[in-house]
Amino acid sequence: MSFINLMAREINCKIVYYGPGLCGKTTNLQYIYERTNPDAKGKMISLATETDRTLFFDFLPLALGEIRGFKTRFYLYTVPGQVFYDASRKLILKGVDGVVFCADSQIARMEANQESLENLRTNLAEQGYSLDKLPFVMQYNKRDMPDIATVEELREALNPTMVPEFESCARTGVGVFDTLKAVAKLVLTELKKGGP
Amino acid sequence: MVNPQMVMYEEEFNQIQTVVDHLVKSANAKSVFIVDKNGQLIAASGDVEHLDTTSLASLTAGNIAATGGMAKLLKENEFATQFHEGERANVYITLVGNRVILVVIFDAKSSLGLVRLRVKKASEELNHIFENLLKKVQEPGGDSPFAEITDEDIDNLFND
Repeated sequence: MSFINLMAREINCKIVYYGPGLCGKTTNLQYIYERTNPDAKGKMISLATETDRTLFFDFLPLALGEIRGFKTRFYLYTVPGQVFYDASRKLILKGVDGVVFCADSQIARMEANQESLENLRTNLAEQGYSLDKLPFVMQYNKRDMPDIATVEELREALNPTMVPEFESCARTGVGVFDTLKAVAKLVLTELKKGGP
Repeated sequence: MVNPQMVMYEEEFNQIQTVVDHLVKSANAKSVFIVDKNGQLIAASGDVEHLDTTSLASLTAGNIAATGGMAKLLKENEFATQFHEGERANVYITLVGNRVILVVIFDAKSSLGLVRLRVKKASEELNHIFENLLKKVQEPGGDSPFAEITDEDIDNLFND
């Protein structure tokens, strides 16, 4: 649910990075944080365990610029990927405006990707959203690893509806901003269509 | 759409700001802010210049969401208030009309009893304002401030 403040002339939107454990959701946000101009970003918050696994969420506020005098602010969140944190994942999806599914390209993680994507659909549906109607982009991460599935294989398993898709390596930043721009664009386009 | 877009108009914004400004004084608080349940800051008052209100807003909403999740598991409707006691600062968090979150930060100059009392009145006023706001947002025919945005405008935002 975007929040439009006519008084402050601001649009605020929430984007959630979803995906299986260790697929690189936090790494995406860390890269964005490192490469963004200090004026355009707030503090990045990570609620993580002692071993740096996401416990609740990561949060990064970003200002993307102005559209017709309105400041656009995007709040990026990640969910905890590990299966047993499902209750927390549901909470973070509340009020979401756009979703990035971060898939792990390694063949060994194929099943985990499918399971997580199914979990995303279920958790969205519980709140009355449909993934097919939300601004949604697919990211095939870890393209630099050995033993990875081909993009065709990933597409067939995870992206049958052909939403915008990107190959990435979040550690080095390849594809990270392309993914973010794509989802932000879809969210704004939706906002334009929807109206309050 | 499940959740209607939240739009803040000047009239309601001013009303909300008046309530929070007044609450800072009447509760003797350091600062007061209002956050929507998705973590977006709506209004703030008091000593907020040195506070990272954006991060606080997101964490507060996370906190309320987690507590709400616990409530559901315990078959409670909602745990409407929370109190965090620190060495110097205390935080009193309450849900207003199950829609927005009111956060009061206070120190030894005030007390939990006073804050509770003042928050109760402010909550009622805020609830009323947000009810009206919601009605206004849902009224048909309200012009979207973004209906006129072109694809080009959106593209321009991303041209480095």
